[in-house]
Formats: sequence, C-alpha cells, structure tokens
Amino acid sequence: MSNLRFTEHALSEWMRGSGQDSDIVISTRVRVARNLQHLPFPLLATNQQSGEVLERLTKVIEDEQLLNDFGVLHVIPLNEINDLDKQVLVEKHLISPNLASESRNGAVVLTDDESVSIMINEEDHLRIQCLYPGFQVHEAWERASALDDIFESRVDYAFDDKRGYLTSCPTNVGTGLRASVMMHLPALVMTQQINRILSAVSQVGLTVRGIYGEGSEALGNLFQISNQITLGQTEAEIIENLHSVVLQIIEHEKNARERLLNESKIRITDRVMRSYGILSYAAVMDSKEAAQRLSDVRLGVDLGILEGPPSSVMNELNVKTQPGFLQKTFGENMNPSERDVYRAKLIRETLGHTCS
Amino acid sequence: MLCQECGKRPATLHFTKIVNGEKTEFHFCEFCAREKGELIPGTSNGFSIHSLLSGLLDLDPSGKGQTPGAISAQSLRCEECGMTYSQFSKVGRFGCSSCYNYFSDRLDPLFKRVHGNTAHIGKVPKRSGGRIKLKRRLDELKKELQYRIVREEFEAAAEIRDQIRELEKNMAQG
Repeated sequence: MSNLRFTEHALSEWMRGSGQDSDIVISTRVRVARNLQHLPFPLLATNQQSGEVLERLTKVIEDEQLLNDFGVLHVIPLNEINDLDKQVLVEKHLISPNLASESRNGAVVLTDDESVSIMINEEDHLRIQCLYPGFQVHEAWERASALDDIFESRVDYAFDDKRGYLTSCPTNVGTGLRASVMMHLPALVMTQQINRILSAVSQVGLTVRGIYGEGSEALGNLFQISNQITLGQTEAEIIENLHSVVLQIIEHEKNARERLLNESKIRITDRVMRSYGILSYAAVMDSKEAAQRLSDVRLGVDLGILEGPPSSVMNELNVKTQPGFLQKTFGENMNPSERDVYRAKLIRETLGHTCS
Repeated sequence: MLCQECGKRPATLHFTKIVNGEKTEFHFCEFCAREKGELIPGTSNGFSIHSLLSGLLDLDPSGKGQTPGAISAQSLRCEECGMTYSQFSKVGRFGCSSCYNYFSDRLDPLFKRVHGNTAHIGKVPKRSGGRIKLKRRLDELKKELQYRIVREEFEAAAEIRDQIRELEKNMAQG
C-alpha cells in the first residue's frame, strides 16, 4: 500500500531543523478542533454516524482549492494499517495515541511533506494540525486557519454564538485552538532555573509537559509549551501570547548557555564529549539514556564544542530510536532489551557517518 | 514508590491527568505536590485533588456534601444524545453539540474555572457566522456611540447612529 511510505522514513518536514531559532525551538504545532453539526461527537457516535463523518470530511479532501493550495492529500483509514505503523505515526507526532488506539472510523490525512495532518474521528470529528520546523507559530496558525476555511466552506460546523466552536472536551471549546512549541532547554535544566521558569509560564495561561512517553518527565530536556485557554481569547491573542512567552524562554536559555560556556566550559565540554563517546561506542542503550545523551550532543553542537550532526539528524534520531520505529527498521516483535541493542547500533552508525 | 519530582521522599499523592485524550500519571510527595500546585489546572492556591476535580466538574467545591442545586444538576439530561449531566461530570466530555444547550446553566462556572472566561470572541465561520459578525459590529458601534456622546463629539456620534440604524435594518431583514 502506497500510504505506508509515511512510516518507512523518519524525517518529516517538522524535523528539518530549519526555521527561526531552530537551535532551541525544535518544532511548532498548531491544531484546531472542529465538529460537524447534528452528529454526536465520536464518544457517542454509532458506527454509521462516524462513518458518515468520515465520508463527508474525506469528500472535502477532494476539493479543488485544497488541492491547489496544499497539494495532494493522502487519506489513510486507521483500520487499513497495522499496529506498528500506527505506533510509528504516533512517534512522528502525525497522529495522537488516542486516534491510534480508540477511534472508530478514524483516519489521518497527510500532505506529501507531512506538514499537515488532519485527524478524523479522534476526540472531535475533525482536527486540523500543521507542523512546522523551528519557531513558526504565526505561519502554522495561518495555514491551519486557511485549511479550516476550506472545510468550513463545504461542511456545517457545530458553532454557537456564545461558546464558539463546540468540542467534545470542555478544555477545547471556543477557538478549538491549541498551539504548541517543542523546546530544547538543556542549559535551563543544568542551571536549575527550569522549574522557576516553567511555573511562571503556567501562570500566564500556558502549560508545559515533556514530549516522550506518557510520563510528565521531560526526557532529553525537551519541553512542550502550549496554550491552556481556548475560550474568551481571540486566536491572534493566543498565538501572540505563546509567541512572546517563548521568545522570553529562548532568551533565558541563550543566556544560560552563554554562562555555562563562560563559567564552566571545561565541565560542559567534558559532559558533551562523554555523552558523544558513549553514544559512539555503547552496545546497549535504553531510551532514557539515549534521550539524555542525544540532548548533550545536541547542546555540544549548538555551542560549537563538537562538530557534529546537524539538528535535522538529531531530530530524526529522536524519532528513529523510539520503540515502534526501531521495530519498523530492524524487524518486528523485539523485546525491550533487544531494542536497546538495536538502538545503540543505530546511534553508533548515524553518529559515525556525521561526526568528525 | 518515590516521588517523581525529588526522588527522595515517598510519593503520597497519585493521580492521572487526561488532557485531550493524553494520559499523564503523577506521583508526588506532599512537599513537591505543594510546590507544583500552580502547574495543575483548576487550582489557584496549592494542590488539592478535590478542588481540582470538583472544580472542573462543578460539583460542590466546599467538600461538605452535595448541595440541593448540585443534585438537580445531576438529573439534567441532553435530549439529543441522551447524556446526563452526571455522566458528563464523570467522563468530562460532552456527547454532542446540543449538550451545550441542555447543560447551559451549569457551564458558566465550569468554563470560568477552565478558561477564566465564558464567551467566545475569536474566529467565526464565514457562512453560518454572518449574523454573529453583524452583531459584534453592532456592539462595537454602540460602544463607540457612547464614547462619542460622552466626549460631546456629536457630529461623529450622528454618523455612527446612522450606521447602527443601517445595520439593524439589515439584520431585521435577515
């Protein structure tokens, strides 16, 4: 099946390592949640009803304007792909774990470069996502909004004068907008400023969480920062609020990096080189250690301590070393300790090619 | 089990947060939980699972049992999809868009807690939202009219009054 090409390679547009401030902001994601009028939300929809949602929304995909503005869109019904492919799509952040495991008549619609991912019959009937590399919240919002306009011209949304766009979960009602950026903040973690900054962030209507696994722990010093409030603010305010807060965090991280370099260069160099050495030669590597050491190497490259892989390779490695992707690459049905061996092998080979 | 935050003290508070279908488990000791209190939505001063849940679901936040008002709220039911308010407060998700109407009276406090607001001021669908846009424009003009009158700018005020009349005529014609 041609659709499987999305799970055969790791690199997505959002991992390209380009875009503004891409040494600190890995990627930007904006999603809007919408529902169709007169049909129950996926939580209570019958098979027939969710089938109707799928049919109506996939019809819009054939819209000529959509084709002109966004290129070919590939519809992938979730019941047509196997569990491993689903897991890989989750690891690439193209679909949610929820869509992979619980949806009925669920589907994902992807552009060729995977910068647009539209989920059908997730928690809401329609979730439009735009994923961009680097720090591009305004761009991602504009694109998501343009897609939203096209859908809106062809289907009737559940919309209320007072509450705005109606969603299944009360935390999304109003704009249905969630904008988030993935940030790499090793220096703020090392200098122990991170908790202070994150709790300040939470006081201005934003939330922070780690990006790996189900836990709240921020493995690999990667943090996802997103708006919490969707009702009572305009989309422009939400985007601008996130934008300005993230700019300040970038500034703090930059300062912390500079201080590390000025005040403890030898220690930071030691840390980066140790991690680089271990990644280059280790035979067994669990995912937690991989995330931490990859973070060290990434910081080392950013600080000029190490001439190493560009950030696109690091982003790709983060995804490639996830359980689903490892099994996709090296053969299915590995147990965790086998995965640790293949993870180490994959990292060794990748760094061997790109580091000097 | 040790606290996931400090890794020293035993974790005494365990809870699962589900946001947008993404489940996150937390295991904190009392101290770290207090410290992180402000990171947890729905709590203003420190950590309290009870205020977190009851706040989100708009049950009785005092913790002294349900008030008569809360009981009647529990018997509310959406005629469209059949979901009851009591089910909604357990699941935390609406069954259909009509639930918003049937539970309407109970939603302001909930939205106030979650979003700090109760009404949408953002994007409006282009096709079906035409009326809403006119209404918003009308509200804006009325505000400006008051402003002009207070400042005794009567010429400008008259202009705005004409615009309001025109707009109201359009809206009446549908």
